[in-house]
Amino acid sequence: MFEEPLLQVRNLSKIYGPTCPKCRTSEKEALIKNYCASCRTVHACRDISFDLFEGEILGIVGESGSGKSTLMQCLYFDQEATTGEMILHHPEGRDENLLLASARKKRFIRNHKFGMVYQNPMYGLKMDYSAISNVAEKMIAAGNRNVKEMEAKGNELLQKVNIPSFRAKDAPKQFSGGMQQRVQIAKALSNHPPILFLDEITTGLDLSVQANVLDLMKDIQVEFGVSMIVVSHDLAVIRMLADRTLVMLDGKVIEEGLTDQILEDPQHAYTQQLVYSLI
Amino acid sequence: MMHEENFAYFDEGAKKEIRRATLKAVAIPGYQVPFASREVPIGRGWGTGGLQLTLSLIGKGDVLKVIDQGADESVNAVSIKKFVQKTTNVSCTEETSEATLIQSRHRIPETPLTKEQIIVLQVPKPEPLRDIEKSERKTKALHAEEEYSGAWLKLFEQIMMHGSMTTDADHPVLVNGRYVMAPSPIPRFDNEKMNQSEALILLGAGREKKIYAVPPYTEVESLAFDDYTFRVEDFSGKSCHLCGSTNTFLDELIEEETKKPYYQCNDTSYCISLLNEQEQIDTIAEKKKVLKHV
Repeated sequence: MFEEPLLQVRNLSKIYGPTCPKCRTSEKEALIKNYCASCRTVHACRDISFDLFEGEILGIVGESGSGKSTLMQCLYFDQEATTGEMILHHPEGRDENLLLASARKKRFIRNHKFGMVYQNPMYGLKMDYSAISNVAEKMIAAGNRNVKEMEAKGNELLQKVNIPSFRAKDAPKQFSGGMQQRVQIAKALSNHPPILFLDEITTGLDLSVQANVLDLMKDIQVEFGVSMIVVSHDLAVIRMLADRTLVMLDGKVIEEGLTDQILEDPQHAYTQQLVYSLI
Repeated sequence: MMHEENFAYFDEGAKKEIRRATLKAVAIPGYQVPFASREVPIGRGWGTGGLQLTLSLIGKGDVLKVIDQGADESVNAVSIKKFVQKTTNVSCTEETSEATLIQSRHRIPETPLTKEQIIVLQVPKPEPLRDIEKSERKTKALHAEEEYSGAWLKLFEQIMMHGSMTTDADHPVLVNGRYVMAPSPIPRFDNEKMNQSEALILLGAGREKKIYAVPPYTEVESLAFDDYTFRVEDFSGKSCHLCGSTNTFLDELIEEETKKPYYQCNDTSYCISLLNEQEQIDTIAEKKKVLKHV
């Protein structure tokens, strides 16, 4: 018997531009990478399908411009996907294509079921508000109106991500990049979402801090059993975190499978190049 | 060639447009309705929103009262009053109960308003979520989706940093269980007067081009947390040094010589009417005393 996936994504596409007969065909041979020269349309994500299972970490690798972040933003409803289907198998989101849901429904799912850690903490945090308020924001959005409870939970999470308690009331703009990233992680975890989206969370951090953040993510997976989608162009991060991996190129998924399998025995020419260029 | 001035300064088309926005505002309590915001002979930010509402509403039979932070005699209140009087010839009053239309900046009068009255409040910042979200497009979406965590977050941050909610004026309210609204910079003391108010409350922001309303008998609830409840300014043990009131919003003043604080009603016309009443009682008592001696 097969296990039912937690999140099912089918044929998700994101197109910027008008499209023309040349690039509307399913083959899309006229494209230069993901760009149609005749109508200046960018096909950022093209027919992406995958499943995410409970407690699993799914890695997404690919070069810059391959559509990784756009995909994440579509999944987290920061951007509207052009076409496609996303089904969340969870009590409140059953069997409904969430990409077509009302803005309110999307917000509900976002606040209750998803957590996001952006590559740039500027997007995920309110830089002028204290770290503890930033963590509480997600709980407030999910309907909590009890200050003491949120404060206790916030402090507990900040402790977990190694932000010392005497800095909990400082604003993230006074923090280092690594600390900001960890505040984002605490915020994303604050209402126990079943799914976490992590977009290049270690990019721009120095190696010791990177290791720190990665350890933290592993711990969180073991402790809370959350599913994660990890986007990175860094194969070391993927190797360490992900159970399964998708390889993206020019907006398409070109290869998918178990992480070890992809790294040891890459099939697609691009994946081979990617793996062998790892120093 | 002489032009005859239009009644209430504006042309009829302009008044109609403002009235339409007002009707929509009344129909959707707490929702900010955009309007054209005409030029008036006072600067934006000096009560133009309130003035435009007043000019669109006023009729020949109306009695107008204008107050500025509780005072009828302040320069801004007097200028607005003079302007409206010049263009409409209606009578003005300082007595709250006599007025049919009250334009006010930052206060709701102490005398309870009745269903015959309309109060117009001047609003500098109509958007309660502006500090959190700079983009108007986005705040509109937040209102539409009833996503008010930003307003709560602001209060949460205050509690984290200072141990309690620290908004002194303009404490956000939830109107009719739906829209979060800036009540204009009235003290928290006045927030409660908005709840189930008998009078129609209209709010106008001229610079920001928004009109919104709290219709009579509407639920208005100040935002607060389960364990940090909403509290109004505390004047316990203090009273007005003129009329002796203990249930009004008091201004704190400092005695020049002793440097000690003393308190006075912020609503001057309420204070004066109370003093007049007391004087009457005093004179009656005096007369009785005189009679006794005879």
